[in-house]
Amino acid sequence: MNSITSSPLPCAARPDAAPSIERSDSYWQGVARRIGRDPVTLVCAAILLLMLLAILAAPWLSPHDPLQGSLLRRLQPVGSPGHLLGTDELGRDMLSRLLHGGRLSWFLGIMPVLIAVVIGASLGILAGYAGGGTNMLIMRTTDVFYAFPSVLLAVAISGALGPGITNAMLSLSLVFIPQVIRIAESTTTSVRNLDYIESARASGASVLTIVRVHLLPNVLGPIFVYSTSLISVAMILASGLSFLGLGTRPPDAEWGLMLNTLRTAIYNQPLLTMLPGLCIFVTSACFNMLSDGLRSAMDVRS
Amino acid sequence: MLFYILRRVLYALPIALAVSLICFLLVHIAPGDPVNAIISPDAPAEVVAQVRAEYGLDKPLPAQFVLWLGRVLQGDLGTSLSSGRPVVAELVVAVKNTLMLSLVAAMIGFVAGTLLGIVAAIRRGRWPDKLASALAAGGVSLPHYWLGMVLVVVFSVTLNWLPALGAGAGGSEAWAWDWEHVQFLVLPAITLSVIPMGIVTRTVRGVVIEILNQDFTVTLHGKGLQPLRIALHVLKNAAPAVLAVMGLQLGYLMGGSILVETVFSWPGTGQLLNGAIFQRDIPVLQGTILVLALIFVLLNLVVDLMQTTLDPRIKRS
Repeated sequence: MNSITSSPLPCAARPDAAPSIERSDSYWQGVARRIGRDPVTLVCAAILLLMLLAILAAPWLSPHDPLQGSLLRRLQPVGSPGHLLGTDELGRDMLSRLLHGGRLSWFLGIMPVLIAVVIGASLGILAGYAGGGTNMLIMRTTDVFYAFPSVLLAVAISGALGPGITNAMLSLSLVFIPQVIRIAESTTTSVRNLDYIESARASGASVLTIVRVHLLPNVLGPIFVYSTSLISVAMILASGLSFLGLGTRPPDAEWGLMLNTLRTAIYNQPLLTMLPGLCIFVTSACFNMLSDGLRSAMDVRS
Repeated sequence: MLFYILRRVLYALPIALAVSLICFLLVHIAPGDPVNAIISPDAPAEVVAQVRAEYGLDKPLPAQFVLWLGRVLQGDLGTSLSSGRPVVAELVVAVKNTLMLSLVAAMIGFVAGTLLGIVAAIRRGRWPDKLASALAAGGVSLPHYWLGMVLVVVFSVTLNWLPALGAGAGGSEAWAWDWEHVQFLVLPAITLSVIPMGIVTRTVRGVVIEILNQDFTVTLHGKGLQPLRIALHVLKNAAPAVLAVMGLQLGYLMGGSILVETVFSWPGTGQLLNGAIFQRDIPVLQGTILVLALIFVLLNLVVDLMQTTLDPRIKRS
């Protein structure tokens, strides 16, 4: 029985097999399918999405005013009535401050990376495509910034400029621009010499067309993946700057600054002082793992 | 070889010069008149005029840079606004303390990372590998100043095993390698070691897996060599790459220790920088950044040279 039914099976299976070949058509569908099979990436994306929604809805979700405190209710422990996550050293509601603080922390983590990607990718692609003297000039300047450890460069620039959100953003952008330039330059250089670009040039396509149609789609993927991993670093650096008293200024809520001001309460309410750091850690770790997931789903080599 | 060393050193010189230029410009990106960044605001008018002339503040920027560089080469980094002492004097003590902390942290990170990486590579895909990878990923995305606070809560506040702040009795002047002082080093060093540990774990794992898959290790297996002897061959081949990562990490640690030093009040460059930021003491900020960045350039150079010496396959180009 088995020997009889098994032999026609491959033939019978063939009509089913044909659509499965058609199904794997587009690159992005493949990427989406690979991400769909990656539980870690999905969980991280879900956590980040929830967090983003929570901080966007902070004014409606917060039970109290994040800036209004009462010295009578200072340093209430986690789980006190009326203050689910306790109160800080000035009696302000922790839950409201964490929600509002997330807005600044996310902003300071994402904005510098966005700025760096726009400027860094333009300069990197220019350096990679133009080659020669332009490449020399841009890449040697980049080398100089690489001579600083990133924390030091960020502290140096925002230390000289003085505290403030704009200054922190400026210094963080400057830290990330050289890193984006390097990635953009190396991918552009490797794509530029491929045969299909050569034949596009030979068939008379203009520089703008070659860059827009043939170069960008192949270069932006790696830059995108790399920049998601930068967000994780930017989050930590930005809160670090606020922690040092650069970046955000009191009484504004920001996770790094909250971590700093709560340091005095570490002996009384150790659990309370851990909360802002936990927020930074979870966000940064999720962005990091999301970036890893995207990297393997998009088949980008690091 | 000698020619290569010479060329590599010559290549580092323009970088060092450019790094100095950026540090020089820090005074000029500070808001307000640069003279106010160099001397204290309540200095008498004739002192202000004297400093203006000495630093050439009325001359164009390139001339100022040359004047400034001349002073730096003579070991003059200006005077601290807050303490009134020469910046160099404060830096000597601080750099020594930071170097000590970073070296201990690098050593811990190196040993732990190498062990984790080797275990992960040998048990690839199984739970030791997954655990090591998770630890490495956590180590990279952990805000280490926060980890420092967690460690303080656990080991200082709750268990009361280790001190939380400072460098022991008598400050950094009376430092000695006995438990009385070393106990102050334990928590900051462990905190700082988490980042290099994560990166070393990833590197060692990658390198060891790559080497294990190479023909010569397969041949060694085929010859019936003991696993331990094979491991020796593997380690010899992995060493250059791991050493390179480690050298750079030491530089990052020295630059990045500012946050951890702030948490633990460790009297190093980080605390110096933190004070300089707080009091807007630009000469101290500038001098500290310059020295740390130059140390980083030097470390890069040493790592490159060491790697080429250890691994002749690296092209000397």
